[in-house]
Amino acid sequence: MSSEDNVLAEIRDLRTHFHLAEGVVRAVDGVNLTIRAGRTLGIVGESGCGKSVTALSMMQLVPSPGVIEAGEILYYGTLPDAARNGHDGPINIARLKSDSREMRALRGNQISMVFQEPMTALLPVRTVGSQIMEAVTLHQKASKVEARERAIDILARVGLPNPERIADTYPFQLSGGMRQRAVIAMALSCDPNLLIADEPTTALDVTTEAQILELMRTLQHDFGMAIMYITHNLGVIAEMADEVAVMYLGKVVEECSVNETFRNPLHPYTQALLRSIPQLDDVLARAGKKERLQTIKGMVPDPYSVLPGCTFHPRCPQFIPGVCDEIVPEVIEVEPGHIARCHLYGPHASAGRINKDTPL
Amino acid sequence: MTDQLSTPSTPRPAGGPAAEAPLLEIKSLKKYFPVQKGFLRKVVGNVKAVDDVSFVIENGETLGLVGESGCGKTTTGRCILRAIAPTSGEIWFDDPKMGRVNVRELEPEQLVSVRRNMRMIFQDPYASLNPRMTLLDIVGAPLRALDLAHGKALEERVAEMLRLVGLRPEYMRRYPHAFSGGQRQRIGLARALAPNPKFLICDEPVSALDVSVQAQILNLLQELQEQMGLTYLFVAHDLSVVAHISDRVAVMYVGKMVEKASTYELFTAPRHPYTEALMSAIPRPDPTPREKRILLTGEVANPANPPSGCYFHPRCRYVQDICRVEEPSFDEITPGHFVKCHRAEELTLSGVATLA
Repeated sequence: MSSEDNVLAEIRDLRTHFHLAEGVVRAVDGVNLTIRAGRTLGIVGESGCGKSVTALSMMQLVPSPGVIEAGEILYYGTLPDAARNGHDGPINIARLKSDSREMRALRGNQISMVFQEPMTALLPVRTVGSQIMEAVTLHQKASKVEARERAIDILARVGLPNPERIADTYPFQLSGGMRQRAVIAMALSCDPNLLIADEPTTALDVTTEAQILELMRTLQHDFGMAIMYITHNLGVIAEMADEVAVMYLGKVVEECSVNETFRNPLHPYTQALLRSIPQLDDVLARAGKKERLQTIKGMVPDPYSVLPGCTFHPRCPQFIPGVCDEIVPEVIEVEPGHIARCHLYGPHASAGRINKDTPL
Repeated sequence: MTDQLSTPSTPRPAGGPAAEAPLLEIKSLKKYFPVQKGFLRKVVGNVKAVDDVSFVIENGETLGLVGESGCGKTTTGRCILRAIAPTSGEIWFDDPKMGRVNVRELEPEQLVSVRRNMRMIFQDPYASLNPRMTLLDIVGAPLRALDLAHGKALEERVAEMLRLVGLRPEYMRRYPHAFSGGQRQRIGLARALAPNPKFLICDEPVSALDVSVQAQILNLLQELQEQMGLTYLFVAHDLSVVAHISDRVAVMYVGKMVEKASTYELFTAPRHPYTEALMSAIPRPDPTPREKRILLTGEVANPANPPSGCYFHPRCRYVQDICRVEEPSFDEITPGHFVKCHRAEELTLSGVATLA
C-alpha cells in the first residue's frame, strides 16, 4: 500500500449498532478502512461480520433500528456547488442525514451501489431504460432525450446486445446475468467515483460470474472509479481486489495487499479461512485420494453476545490464555502496509507461543 | 405395510447382496414439463428439463453432478426419488430387501419401502425444516412414516442420529429456530439418515453455508460415508467443492449430460468445450495473474426452444458446420470418460492444471 496519496474515502472507528428488544447487535464495531481512487478494496468475511452494514453505512442506508453510533466516514471527492451547503474539505458521511441534500447528491451519483440480487434491485413495473434515466435526469440535469441516449450508451458499455431494445424491456424479460449488467449500468450511469459492490455475483452461475467480473475490471479501467468489493468468496477476492480487509464480528482483523492475504496471512482467522476452502490444486494433486478439510472449530457466536478480549478467541487455534480472553487486541502494523488485530504480533505475544503457521 | 420394515436395522455390512451390481442405474431418463397456452391450456411445447440422461452410481461412491442453474441437475435428483414423476426412462435401484427394482414402475407402497433407502438433503436449511416441529418430530418423522420405531425406541434412535451428526441429544425438544444454518443442515442430515439408507441425494447441501461451516459439513458427509457405507449423488454448482468430494463428476448442459469422467480426468483433461469453459471460470483463491479466461458469449439455451444440433454450438469456440445440424452422441472416448461432442477426438482442451 502506498502512502496517503489518492485517498478517496476513509472510515475511522465506525460503529453501527442495532438496538433490538433482545439487546444491542454491534454489527460494525470499530472499523477502519481506506479506499483509494481507482483501486479495488475487497472486503471478506462470513455472514454477520458486518461487511454489508459497513457498505450501507457509507450510503447512509442503514435500516432502522440501526444507528451509526460513532466514527467518521470521510469522503474526499468534490460535491457540486449547489449541494455543498457551505461545506469545504472532506465530507463526513457519518454525520449527514440520510435525506439531506448533500447525501442525496452523493448517493447514486458519486457513490453508487450494486446489490447481490439483481431482481430486487430493479423495479419490476418499469423498464430498465426508464430506471437508468431516472438517475441521470436527477443527478446530471439532463433532458429526457439526453438521458435516454445516456441510458442506451451505458447499456451498450456493459455489454448488453441491442441496447435500444433492452432499454425498453422489463427486468423479468432478462436473464440473471443480463439483469446484473443492467444494475451495473444503472450504478455507473452517473460516472461515480466509488462503486460499492455487495456480493454482485453470488446469485450467478460460475460462467456468468466470470463474465461480470471481467466486465467490472474493464469498466474500472475505463471509468477509473474505486470499487469496494464485498464478498464471502475468497476466489473472487483473489481476482478482483488490490487490497483486502478481512472482517470478523464487526471488526477488520487484517488488512493488506491481495498478495499478502493469500501468501502471508497473519491473523489466525484469515489463515483458518484459507485452509477451510477446498483448494482445487491440492484436490487434483491428490489424484482421487480423499482428504478432510481443516475446519474452524465452533461457530460465529450469536450477535447479542459481548465477548471479552479478542472476539475470535473461542475459535482460535493459537489462543493465549490470560491474554486473548481478557485484553482487546489493538491494530498492529506487523509489516509495512500489513496490519492485523491480533496479540500474536503485539507486546503480549511472549506470554504464549508465536506460531506463524506454514504459509499457504 | 410389509413386515420387512418393522424393526430398525443395524448398519449393514459393507457390500451386501449383489455387490457387483451398481447401486443405481439410470437409463435414458426424461422429464418434460408441458408448456400450456390459452384458455383451454393447450400444450404447445415442452420444457425438456432432463433429456435422455443415463448414468450409473456404484456402491459407496460419490458422483458429482454439475452445471448451470436450469440445466436439470436438481430435476434429475428429484426424478430418481420419484419426488416428481419422470416422463420416461428407467431408474434401477439395488434395494437391499427387494433386490433390483425399477423405481419408475413401483407401486405406491413399494415406493415407500424403497425411499427408506434413498433419501435426500436439501440446499436451504431454513426452508427444509418445519419451524413448528421439534427435532424429535423432524428427525423421527421418517421413522414414524416408515413404521420403523415408536415411543422409547424412536427417541433412542433420534438421540443416536443427533449424536452421529454432531448435535447434542438434549436438543431433541428444541425447535429449529434455535439453531444456526450449519446446525440445521446437520438436523436435515440426521433426518435423512434416520432410517439407515444406502443412497443419499445431496442437492446443493453446502451452498447456503458460510465457508468455515461448509468445511465442517463436507467433512461430516465424508465421515458418514465411510462409517455407514453411503453412496452420494452430490448436486452442486461450486466446482471446487464437487472436486473435493466426488469420485466421478458428470456435467449437464440444458437437460443433457455432456461429459462424465473421474474427477481427476474431468478437471485436468476435459474433452467437452463446455466443461473447458466451466473449468476456466472457476474463481481460484490465488492472486497470481493467469492465462486469459475463456469467456462464454451469449446465454444458456432455452430448454423449451433449444438450438438445433448440439445445444452448446451457439456458444462454442470450436463450432463447425456439423455441430449446427446434427446432435452428437454420448460416447466413451477413453475407458470411463464419456463425451457428447463431435470433435471430442481431435480437440485438445485445457483443464485446471494447465491453466494454473
